This record gives sequence, C-alpha cells and structure tokens, in this order.
Amino acid sequence: MMGRARDYQSVMQRREDIIKEALGLDYSRFARGDMAFDYEAMMREVGYSLEETRTIQRDLGVGDTPLVELRNLTALVRSFAPSGMGARILLKDEAANPSGSFKARRAALSVQRAKEQGYRGVIAATSGNYGAALASQAAMRGLDCIIVQEVFDSRMIGQPEIVEKGRKCEAYGAEVHQMTVGPELFYYMLLLLEDTGYFNASLYTPYGIAGIETLGYEIAEGVREKYDRDPDAVVVTHAGGGNITGTTRGLMQAGCQDTQIIAASVDISGLHMAGDADFNRKSFTTGHTGFGIPFATWPDRADVPRNAARPLRYMQRYVLVHQGEVFYATELLSVLDGLERGPAGNTALAAALPLAAELPREAVIVVQESEYTGAGKHPTAQLTFARENGVAVRTGDPADSVPGASIVIPEEVEQVRAREHSLDRMRTSLIRNAVAFADMDVLGPQEIRFLAEETARDETFVTGTLESLGIRYEMGSDA
Amino acid sequence: MDRKECVSGDWVQIERVILEAGSRAPGVPEDTAALPMIARMKGFAVHDAVVGEPLEVESTIGRRLAGTLVAVLPTYSHDFGAPVPELTRAGLQARARVRGEGG
Repeated sequence: MMGRARDYQSVMQRREDIIKEALGLDYSRFARGDMAFDYEAMMREVGYSLEETRTIQRDLGVGDTPLVELRNLTALVRSFAPSGMGARILLKDEAANPSGSFKARRAALSVQRAKEQGYRGVIAATSGNYGAALASQAAMRGLDCIIVQEVFDSRMIGQPEIVEKGRKCEAYGAEVHQMTVGPELFYYMLLLLEDTGYFNASLYTPYGIAGIETLGYEIAEGVREKYDRDPDAVVVTHAGGGNITGTTRGLMQAGCQDTQIIAASVDISGLHMAGDADFNRKSFTTGHTGFGIPFATWPDRADVPRNAARPLRYMQRYVLVHQGEVFYATELLSVLDGLERGPAGNTALAAALPLAAELPREAVIVVQESEYTGAGKHPTAQLTFARENGVAVRTGDPADSVPGASIVIPEEVEQVRAREHSLDRMRTSLIRNAVAFADMDVLGPQEIRFLAEETARDETFVTGTLESLGIRYEMGSDA
Repeated sequence: MDRKECVSGDWVQIERVILEAGSRAPGVPEDTAALPMIARMKGFAVHDAVVGEPLEVESTIGRRLAGTLVAVLPTYSHDFGAPVPELTRAGLQARARVRGEGG
C-alpha cells in the first residue's frame, strides 16, 4: 500500500481493485457480455430472505414504523377534489427509525455484511441521512465508521441541512470528512478505503437495496390490515433510486400487483450539481432532479460497478414538485396533522396532495417515508439560508419559481401540482447511455432483452428506440 | 471566545487540500476547477499549534489525521433560522379550511 501514487488519475485507475477489496463481491460474475448483467443473481447474493432481513432489522430497532392516516390533509384534498374523489393519505413514519430516516434499513444490512466478512469499519460518501444511519448502525455493532460529506462552497459555507447531518454523524462517534464541492468525493473515498481496509458501505450495493424491501412489505401489510385492500398508489421520494427500487421490490414480494408506483423529486433544473456558485442556491440536498434524473438514466454512475438501485425498472410515473411546494407540505403536515418532520423527506408528501385528488375516495395513497427534523433540517432554517444566499422567497403560484433564483410558497393547496416528467424520454436516455458505456457497434438479442428489463418496456420499444437513435442491432438467436 | 491556539488534547478542526486547483477531475465546471478541493476533519490535537499551523489530530476512531489548524472547539452554528410568516399564514389558512372556518 505504501508508495502508491495518490493523484486523481492513478487512484481512479485502481478503482476496480479497491472496490472489489472493499466489498468482498466480484461483480464480474454477473456480467453477461459487454452490456448486460444478471440483476436478480446479483440481488440473490445478499443471501437473506425478506423475513430474515426483518429479523435482523428488528433486533436493531429498525423498521416496524407507524403507518399514520393523515386525516386532516385528506380532508383538505377532498375540499377541492372532484365529487367522489380524494384518496385517504397515509404516511409511513420512517422518522421513527433509530437514526431518524428509512436509511437505517439500508445501513442495517450493510453493517451486517461488513461484520460477517470481518471488516473493522465501514465507509460511505454521502451528504444525506445515510451517513447518520450508517454511523448509528456501526455504533450498535461495534464497528468504526468514516463518513465523507460534500459540505462547503469555496467560502467554506455549508447548507444548514448538511451541517446538521454532519453533526449527527459525529454524535454517533463517526470520523467525518467535510469536503468542498466536487465529484472527486469518490476519489477521496477510494483513498480512505485503501488506507483503512474498511468496508465500502455504498448506498448502491445489493445489501443497501435489499434492506429497503422490508419497507414496501410493511406498507402492504399495514394497509391490508387497516383498510382491507392493497395500496392503490405509493409515492416515493426519488434521488439515487434505491428508495423506489427497494420499496417496489418489497411491495411485489407482498403480492401488490396493481399498486401504482409513483416517484417524486424536487425540481432544481438549471442548477449545476458540481458547480461552486450553484451549490448553496438550492434548498434541498437530496430528493431532487439533480440526482433523480442522472441516476435513473444511468444507474451505474454510482460508487460500485453495478448499481443495485435501478429506478426505471420500477417507477410507473415520475412527477416533479417545486421547492416551495415541499416547504408548504411540511408546514401543513405540522399544523394540520400534528407531525413535525424534515422537509426533504416530504417531497413525496407534496406530490401526494394533487395525486390523491385524482383517486377515488375509497382509495389509499401511501407516502412512503418521513425523516427527522431539527436545527438546519427545517423549512425556517432552509428558507432563511436561501434568503441569505440571494434567493427570493415569496408567496404565489409555485409554477412561477426559478430554481436558484426564487422559491414560491403556495397560498392555497390547489396550487400544489405534480408535474409529469416523461418516462419514455428517460428510458431513451438510459438506452443511449448503456450503448455508449458498453461501446458496442451492434447489439444482439441479449442486449435487447436486457434493455427491455432496464426500461420496464417490451423489446419493440427497445428496437424502436435503437432505430430512432441510429444504433444497429441484430435479432437472431443468442450466441 | 474564539481561541487562536490549541494545546495538546483540545478538540479541534483541521483542514487539508486534497486536490490543488488545476488537478481537479476532468469535466468539473469552470468555477469549481479553479478552486482546490479541501477536506475538514475534527479530533483531539496531539500537540500545541496556532491557527494556520500544521497539526495532527486523533480522530474519534483513533486514527491520526494531518492538516492545518482551523478552529479550536469548533461550534455548530446551524439553527432554526428566522420565522417565515408566509409559511405560517399558509398553514393557518389551510387549517381554517379543514375546520370549516371559511375559505
């Protein structure tokens, strides 16, 4: 290990070996040709059934969170929904997990795996709740934890929400590295993995995803028990894609065939994710389109060779909401239904308000998570910070807001809208990216079948898209 | 109470340049590429130092980390911010609607 070059290019060239060492998982076993891989075989690598995962999580105080009916928000939606419409809105109160978010489910299995494999510590690069979850789980299981966070702009100023999440990681005894803006966070994490020999507790390993399946399963059980039906729709805040992937897989294992899976993100279009000047002009550090769209259209951009989060396989609709709408929904959740929760986790809640109005009164729509709130992770903290950074905050029609320039808080609930984002456009991007990454001139039946699975469409959609993109393919028999 | 020097054993924050400006990853936006990438870490000082001087710390997991001293007893300064009456008013208006108090 001593004497190895530590510059950016050299470390990135060693990435595959570093990751393999830090996961104890050889992804090349799942490869099928240059593009395809056996996703289900990779997921089976986890080795625990859903019931076993539940037992592991229960032992750690993770999961079994309350499913709360939001009676007053439901009544508010019914006050404007067409006659006979306005589904019951339920909230899976994931803030009740040990570290205050559903991420505890993911961390529980990652740490379990690390422990079983004999690693002394775990590392993750995350600005989100996952850092706190990992630090909490590592503390429970007696492992060391290092968290790398993107925190500061060049003035060394950090978003209050990220600063709070860093504090929480420190509270659990983790060693926290707080970085200035830039995608080289990954390079730095590789260096730390190499220096320590710790486990790469990425959000995107099969363990990180399988841990969420219990959430989908619990939703199915809870709705059936209380309302004697399957959930009609489940709304999931979407960023890296793990949440929608794991939740849907859990719902499917519970046999929810007809439940509509709706992803929701905060629209921050126009702001550059890696830009120093843009960094502190957004009020959401996750759950937004800056992660949601790139991770859906190219999941393997993650810190593992094959991302176990593959959102386009699972989402049936993708809707966008504005920042002001999420702050508004957060306020309503407190004042109407008596639950004060963190804003980023309420992205799906904001979307659920107009979505509930589209469904009949007897239907049930589930908002799949909430997260803890506190200093920094609160609408007043975020909006104060936005104003200090030159973003205008006012009331009016949220449709008039411009990410980075203005946040518009609705005056009436009817102004909250779930704006459709075309899934077929994202599917087309995924196909284009997959072909570019595999660097193939001609695709065969194996690739076409894989792309059909990746996009949750049929092979005709794939071949039609390939034709429109001018990419050659052959339909013959498998080689 | 901003202390400019630490003694061995103090809880402190250090920083280190991870990538110099000009050695950043290809493809980062121009404004970012013109800046160094910096990491800040916390731990117990293993010797005395003045802000800006090199310092080694022992982290919460017992690792030795090197950098330069930034702050002694670094304070969390995030809070709940100022009230946002626009949000309060919108919430109360919705509540009145549900309670049937007009609107």
